[in-house]
Amino acid sequence: MAGHSTYEPQNAGAKWLERRLPVLSLVHGSFVAFPTPKNLNYWWTFGGIAFFVLVVQLITGIVLVMHYTPNDALAFASVEHIMRDVNYGWLMRYLHSNGASMFFFAVYIHIFRGMYYGSYKEPREIAWILGVLLFFLMVLTAFMGYVLPWGQMSLWGATVITSLFSAVPVVGEAITTWLWGGFAVGNPTLNRFFSLHYLLPFVILGVVMLHIWAFHVAGNNNPVGVDPKSDKDTVPFHPYYTLKDLFAIVVFMILFSWFVFYLPNYLGHADNYIPANPMVTPAHIVPEWFLLPFYAILRAITFDIGPIPSKLGGVIAMGGAIAILFVLPWLDTSKVRSANYRPVYRFFFWLFFFTTIMLGWLGSKPAEQPYIAWIQFFTVLYFAHFLIVLPVLGLIETPRKVPDSINDAVLGKSSDAA
Amino acid sequence: MKNLMFKSARALAVVAGLAVAGPALAAGDGPHVEKQPWSFAGPFGQFDKAQLQRGFQVYQEVCSACHGLSYVAFRNLAEEGGPGFSVDEVKALAAEYSIEDGPDNEGEMFERDGKPFDKFPSPFPNEQAARASNNGALPPDLSLIAKARAATRGFPWFVLDVATQYQENGPDYLYGLLTGYHEAPEGVEVPEGQYYNPGFIAGHTLAMAPPLSDELVEYSDGSPMTVDQYARDVSAFLMWTAEPHLESRKRIGFGVMAFLILFASLLYFTKRKIWRDVDH
Repeated sequence: MAGHSTYEPQNAGAKWLERRLPVLSLVHGSFVAFPTPKNLNYWWTFGGIAFFVLVVQLITGIVLVMHYTPNDALAFASVEHIMRDVNYGWLMRYLHSNGASMFFFAVYIHIFRGMYYGSYKEPREIAWILGVLLFFLMVLTAFMGYVLPWGQMSLWGATVITSLFSAVPVVGEAITTWLWGGFAVGNPTLNRFFSLHYLLPFVILGVVMLHIWAFHVAGNNNPVGVDPKSDKDTVPFHPYYTLKDLFAIVVFMILFSWFVFYLPNYLGHADNYIPANPMVTPAHIVPEWFLLPFYAILRAITFDIGPIPSKLGGVIAMGGAIAILFVLPWLDTSKVRSANYRPVYRFFFWLFFFTTIMLGWLGSKPAEQPYIAWIQFFTVLYFAHFLIVLPVLGLIETPRKVPDSINDAVLGKSSDAA
Repeated sequence: MKNLMFKSARALAVVAGLAVAGPALAAGDGPHVEKQPWSFAGPFGQFDKAQLQRGFQVYQEVCSACHGLSYVAFRNLAEEGGPGFSVDEVKALAAEYSIEDGPDNEGEMFERDGKPFDKFPSPFPNEQAARASNNGALPPDLSLIAKARAATRGFPWFVLDVATQYQENGPDYLYGLLTGYHEAPEGVEVPEGQYYNPGFIAGHTLAMAPPLSDELVEYSDGSPMTVDQYARDVSAFLMWTAEPHLESRKRIGFGVMAFLILFASLLYFTKRKIWRDVDH
């Protein structure tokens, strides 16, 4: 992270601190003087946006905990207490519940940007892997957070997802009972989910630091996909990208506010305003929108595969859909990073994007035909992208000529930088 | 080559979209819910105080026989953004109710007159008693009902709703349900103790008898005393009980939006100035 710093402490206090803990030069080197490719487009602002939303989630979450009661008899009423009687409690809760959606929205764009521009390729594999780990931690955190209001969808969503562990051969039932802390989702489950929901965001914060550290070693990737060759290719992070990121964050806040102030319940499920009732199962149990593609893949396996029963097969497929992202850097055999110079890959990238959208929509539909057939079709496309398209394409595709440097691309010296 | 692939991708997208959407639209999960005009819809929407007072009257005289309002306190009726009753009116209203309190110094529970800080007492002491009086069915608490019922909107409506800020599907549903009772068509079997209502979210019949009829509630402000008007008023009232801070939410939202848009424009020009001398 450091190493780029030209930082010279000016006042006595800073000099004193710098000799003992060089944290000021670390920050200066990482977020002030840090040489950043000058051609980053607005898709690159979503990392900063995601970090902003993480901070919003931490602050609003800590305030909510001051008024929330993690008990199966009191949780629902305590959320209503926040909504009705706590000063600006409705604002804190709507920021937090919509913030989860905004976090995933920003991170999904961030991930797709990494895929389009090949940001996961050598030497940024570790940054990518840490990013996938962050995504996985976010999924866990969001899932457990959705359980806390203890509405119908909280209880039944928790029941469906934790029951998946019962698909594990031999020890499945024992694992499920252990997770629940009983023989059904109940008060012990709510308490441990609350504990973990408070813990994991701080783990996420730590991994975010590692994630930034990792990509700061090689520096940012950029839309051209060639590394900076000289000072002409880069600008200092501050003020160029601090201002650009801040502008993007404020624009994003407009979208965020649109939901918080005018559509606060649009992204939630109406059933979660019904108190949890173990005796009544909702007609359709659906997770939040950002988990729907994975929920669809879970339901794609409707048949036994040899000794693997369909339920376990679904769990493996769903886990595999995330796990496969960890090895993406080694599945893509192309040396060219940016899709701007890979016309065939670009087609498959957009096909993959479309596939995930369709899986998301299908995940919200009841488990019946013709939805199941379409889910199976798109699940095959999802995995084929990683297991067939990416390995093969790198070997047979003829990329267009990549510019020699960022500066050349910006000045239009290459054939035609897209 | 590139063009051809983009075209084929687009064609594939359209075909797949239609193929999936077609049956979904035809199947139509849940009742068809007509949009109604509401004073509280849209970015500047506010409750109509007179309507909330009438809606409360309908709740008190009709619905409260079976349905609780357990998250709402009497004092809420006098708070800003609500029906706008005066504090004295609320005190008088609360005093009409008898509330169990205690234990006293002798260890006995006792009944006392309601105070503004009390929540609305529920009509039944517990779920079993409620079911026993209602043919086995449980009348749900109405505090949150306007946010707890939403018929599926389907594609493309759920996308357009984001732009139009459609968040009134709850009251639309309630209005549709309350005005949706009619004779069952030929060939539709209505079980004993059930009533035909295609507006119901889970099936075509429900255990609630038609609760409203014309002239049932005596309005003092000259509003029409019809099922249609009662249904509108009580649906609006229940939107308020579900979302008591709706007015301040939208008011603050406007300030936030105005600030953010101004701030974003200033940042945009600042950013432009800083980047002016860099080719990028």
